[in-house]
Amino acid sequence: MSKTVELTIDGKKVAAKEGDNILKVARENNIYIPALCYLEGVSSLGGCRVCVVEIRGSPKVFASCVTPVAEGMEVITDSERLRRYRKWAIELLLAERPHVCSVCVANGNCELQQLATELGVDHLRVDRKWTNYELDLTHERFAYDPNRCILCTRCIRVCDEVEGVHAIDLMLRGKNSKVIFDLDDKWGFAESCTSCGKCSAVCPVGALYVKGKPLSEVKKKELVSFVMSRRSEKTIG
Amino acid sequence: MGREIIVNPVTRIEGHAKITIYLDEKDMVKDARFHVTDFRGFEKFCEGRPFYEMPGITSRICGICPVSHLLASAKACDDLLAVKIPRTAELLRRLMHMGQIIQSHALSFFYLSSPDFLLGLDSEPSKRNIMGLAEKYPEIAKQGVWLRKFGQSIIETLSGRRIHSSDWIVPGGVKTPLSKESVEKILADLPKAIGIALNSIELFKKNMESFKNEMRDFGDFPTYYMSLVTEDGGLEHYDGNIRILSPDGKVVADRLDPSKYFEYIGEAVEDWSYMKFPYLKNIGYPDGAYRVGPLARLNNASYCGTEIADGLLKEFKKLGKNGIIQNTFMYHYARLIEIVFCIEKVKELLEDPEILSTEVQAKASLNKREGVGVIEAPRGTLFHHYKVDEQGRITWVNLIIATVNNNIAFNKAVAQVAKKYVNGKKLNEGMLNRVEAVVRALDPCLSCATHAIGEMPIRIQLYDHNGRLIDEVARG
Ligand code: SF4
Ligand code: SF4
Ligand SMILES: [Fe+2]
Repeated sequence: MSKTVELTIDGKKVAAKEGDNILKVARENNIYIPALCYLEGVSSLGGCRVCVVEIRGSPKVFASCVTPVAEGMEVITDSERLRRYRKWAIELLLAERPHVCSVCVANGNCELQQLATELGVDHLRVDRKWTNYELDLTHERFAYDPNRCILCTRCIRVCDEVEGVHAIDLMLRGKNSKVIFDLDDKWGFAESCTSCGKCSAVCPVGALYVKGKPLSEVKKKELVSFVMSRRSEKTIG
Repeated sequence: MGREIIVNPVTRIEGHAKITIYLDEKDMVKDARFHVTDFRGFEKFCEGRPFYEMPGITSRICGICPVSHLLASAKACDDLLAVKIPRTAELLRRLMHMGQIIQSHALSFFYLSSPDFLLGLDSEPSKRNIMGLAEKYPEIAKQGVWLRKFGQSIIETLSGRRIHSSDWIVPGGVKTPLSKESVEKILADLPKAIGIALNSIELFKKNMESFKNEMRDFGDFPTYYMSLVTEDGGLEHYDGNIRILSPDGKVVADRLDPSKYFEYIGEAVEDWSYMKFPYLKNIGYPDGAYRVGPLARLNNASYCGTEIADGLLKEFKKLGKNGIIQNTFMYHYARLIEIVFCIEKVKELLEDPEILSTEVQAKASLNKREGVGVIEAPRGTLFHHYKVDEQGRITWVNLIIATVNNNIAFNKAVAQVAKKYVNGKKLNEGMLNRVEAVVRALDPCLSCATHAIGEMPIRIQLYDHNGRLIDEVARG
């Protein structure tokens, strides 16, 4: 049995399992912290920096998805500074690759777009990068458009940790990073891929998707919770 | 920076319409040129994208008639899938198309053009718009607004409020079937719609008299005409074959396969315009100039196929020689007759027993490497032609936009007006008004023709025979 700790989030007293991260605990207590790369049920990355929070007594901000709770901790999830940081995080993601929502499969069903709206991103303060990655439509059922990938690695983690296959990984570094299948093979020829579709279900944007259907038809969110419920069955079972 | 323009398709049609007029040694008008936007960048932008994104992408070419691009694009995709879409899907697509033509024609007639001839071409430009119309003829303005809304409501009803209609028309058919309530809702509005449409025809006819003199120099010149017609030569907007009429009213080509357009249509390029100049290959450039759009369709159609419109068409054809009407001003008239036709068609479609069937989409994957989709957009024949690689990624796109088909005609019409109204080295207001009006009659699909209500952002430059700029007027 793990120990229980007590902390406050936005002044609310909550109890949590020692070792759990702040984001998970906040969500369990119906306290909203925006997040993007976080995916319940798989390991945390702390990559997108949208889930930043303040902890009283520290001048720094912390990515709540990778910061474990501690006894007596006072977490602040909303402040002018946090909103400013989050907004920047979203803007930089949008600027990194060409996001043209009006013609995107994920339009209206995209977590990045949703957060942009929520955080009031109505224009970008930095120049956009117009990457021109080749699309991979070789898989019979799924499509991959790297130009919309935000490098959240959800697909990689879910493929590795839930499906147990690790057919997906990241190559290169920094802004040149790219999600690849097997050893940078075309998806349709990636031998380790089981075509389970979990990756496309958890992709928060229009980078991985089921072919031939606009996402408004796919209802990604429902698929995500489905995958995740399977996940908890697995771990509990 | 060029790239930025390319990826935002909407900016493709922004900007001023620029017109240059050239004088000869005697300072008489020699030539005029109408410069418009560049769609080439758009075609480039699509390369590498999956073919099924094309309806969504291309419908952003134009905010005025997105449904036209959606339909042409979806038809090109049907072709790539090599499917025949379910009959109900075709009925529903046609229904949306009718709604689109009604709203687009209503916009053109009531909002943009009727102020010209109801308030007069030389009336105060700041009042020559729907607002000015509402002041002087409140009833007509109201009817125009209502009719446009009626067309739009058909589009909305079909696609559902929340979804942009670009999600509704999909390769293989449409996404959702029609409900019984929607059918009744649209049917209930039909009598009012027909009433308004017929009313405006009466109004137009009454006013035509007073424009007799103006009309002579209002883009009155012979050209060929091209449009789709049904199997037996009736008025058609969604499918059918290409028919070409000669300037003296003879059918010179019929039952041409629209997907083989490149066999009979050439696209010339001029260094002074980004817009290409389509012409009939067997005639050559520029003599093979043809016009498309409402006037071309009515010239081409042997009949309409609906009761009221058929009567109107007969009456219309009497106005010309050999049943062919060459005056650009008559585009307005043709548009009104088409509105009536579309409303009648809406009724016919809604009363089809299969309209409520839920079989609305054929599912298939890529089966061909090349696809063509052709429809009659409100402004004329619209061609979408795609080539894809083995993965279904676009490798090549050719679009012939309705407005572009009329490119040579634009120049001719503007030159004719200029010859009449430009004297000496000065450009006067009357000239500007008339150029504006003739451009409007051809109804180019540029945001410059529509964005500022009434006043078209337009720039006219006058060059002498040495190529020196001697006068310039701009508005908007
Ligand atoms: S992935 Fe999301 S943010 Fe990016 S273009 Fe698509 S809808 Fe917009
Ligand atoms: S493909 Fe989607 S899930 Fe995978 S890293 Fe990119 S954005 Fe994240
Ligand atoms: Fe248009």
